[in-house]
Amino acid sequence: MTSHFLEIQGLKKSYPGRGKDPEVTIFEHANFNIEKGEFVCVIGHSGCGKSTILNILAGLDEATEGVVIMNGREVSGPSLDRGVVFQNYSLLPWRTTLQNITFAVQARWPAWNKEQVIAHSQKYLELVGLKNAMNRKPSELSGGMRQRVSIARAFATQPQLLLMDEPFGALDALTRGVIQEELIKIWSESKQTVFMITHDVDEAILLSDRILLMSNGPKAQIAESVEVTIPRPRKRTDIIHHPDYYNIRNHLVDFLVNRSKDYAKEQTEVDPNRQPVTVNLLKKREIA
Amino acid sequence: MFNMLRLKSALLSVIMLVVLLGVWEWMNQIPTDTKPLTEYEMLMGGASQEARVPPPSEIIKLAYEELSNPFYDAGPNDKGIGIQLGYSIYRVLVGFFFAALIAIPVGFLIGMSPLMYNALNPYIQVLRPISPLAWMPLALFVIKDSEISAIFVIFICSIWPMLLNTAFGVANVRKDWINVAKTHELSAVKTALQVILPAAAPTILTGMRISIGIAWLVIVAAEMLVGGTGIGYYVWNEWNNLDLASVIFSILMIGVVGMLLDMILAFTARWIAYEE
Repeated sequence: MTSHFLEIQGLKKSYPGRGKDPEVTIFEHANFNIEKGEFVCVIGHSGCGKSTILNILAGLDEATEGVVIMNGREVSGPSLDRGVVFQNYSLLPWRTTLQNITFAVQARWPAWNKEQVIAHSQKYLELVGLKNAMNRKPSELSGGMRQRVSIARAFATQPQLLLMDEPFGALDALTRGVIQEELIKIWSESKQTVFMITHDVDEAILLSDRILLMSNGPKAQIAESVEVTIPRPRKRTDIIHHPDYYNIRNHLVDFLVNRSKDYAKEQTEVDPNRQPVTVNLLKKREIA
Repeated sequence: MFNMLRLKSALLSVIMLVVLLGVWEWMNQIPTDTKPLTEYEMLMGGASQEARVPPPSEIIKLAYEELSNPFYDAGPNDKGIGIQLGYSIYRVLVGFFFAALIAIPVGFLIGMSPLMYNALNPYIQVLRPISPLAWMPLALFVIKDSEISAIFVIFICSIWPMLLNTAFGVANVRKDWINVAKTHELSAVKTALQVILPAAAPTILTGMRISIGIAWLVIVAAEMLVGGTGIGYYVWNEWNNLDLASVIFSILMIGVVGMLLDMILAFTARWIAYEE
């Protein structure tokens, strides 16, 4: 068996029921791998445990069963090797934009001197186009700018794995589009491995190499792994003309609207080591 | 527009002051005796028997005299208002300082640890409602020094708001910020200093403001009991001297100093406040 950069094996999260109630299983049998440099998105309805999986990967939550292995080592607890971009930005409001980044850079490289820390932090602020706002407090920034700072903070620590929990969920559509393209730019330069949660089908197609589809909870499962066969570099305005775009999009929407609800019930006997079904719509199209 | 509002309210304040002082002055005129003075009254220097609250003009005159020489010292029972207030402020600050020294770390501890919170909460709930002056006899007996006992009373009354506010502030730091500290592998000490302290600082400072307010209320009563020096003692002493103008003047001074103490902390609070 080849070893992967990140292996998730038999992950399950459940909460004990109250009194005589049976325990509540949020998700189970979650098995998947992520390769180095891959951009993977997870899509699923609310309550299927997407955020819980991300928090387990971040080390902020604990799985009931199963293990997460990164670089051949089991993950336990939070680490600077796994950077997180939270949905609500989570900037420290009493620090300026620059200080929010130096905070992370200092934690990452404690031996660096002040000039090094500031120079490195400014470089990443520049990358997200916020060099002029470096002395402003987060409360003086718009939502989009705050999320840019948060992304800069995560990239500045150069984690091996970047976890993003619906990073654009709270932004308006126009801002979202701009930041998505910035994210693609930074990502293509750094070749970061990214695991991202989203609700937005188009966002997932634009950004990711692979999209994991989760069925509805309780007892949610990771059903399919859809490969995004549209070549990079991608642009928001161009990808909609690609012949695969609507195939992929329809497949995702069909899953979310029609199949995700009953998916878990249909799987009566599940092999606990089952990997999600790989779906490659390019191949399908050729066969058809 | 905003300045217009400020101007109007300032004007209204002045009008209210003038009306209030005018009524007070008018109602407390020196009584003119209709009857001729009795022999007894003559012997007593012609004073009227009728007691009255001194009018504002008298108090303003006294205030001017006292404030133009606030630090004179003419023996134990005749010290300037500045010296008396100085003693009180000194006691409040010392008691408050030691209270902060204990309340903030302990508050941190019980805010961060539910175990310590549950263990210490019963004691806090019983000790907190005790009037600080009730501690005075015990303090005098154990400490055997009236000066330190007064400071102890200030200490005990200002510890509770700071303790509870610190605990509340620390316990309610946003989970996201704690997660940021965790994902950046900050040590417990660094998390406390770089994340929890700045996040909870506004709440802690609110506790400090409440504490210094209470301490200033209590010091007056404590000094009335303990005697010797201080603004509380001064008020009571002037009452014994039946010098009501001095009593009213010192009441006003207590108010002014209390306001200044609060303003200093309010200013600090603005400095450490943050907007989300």
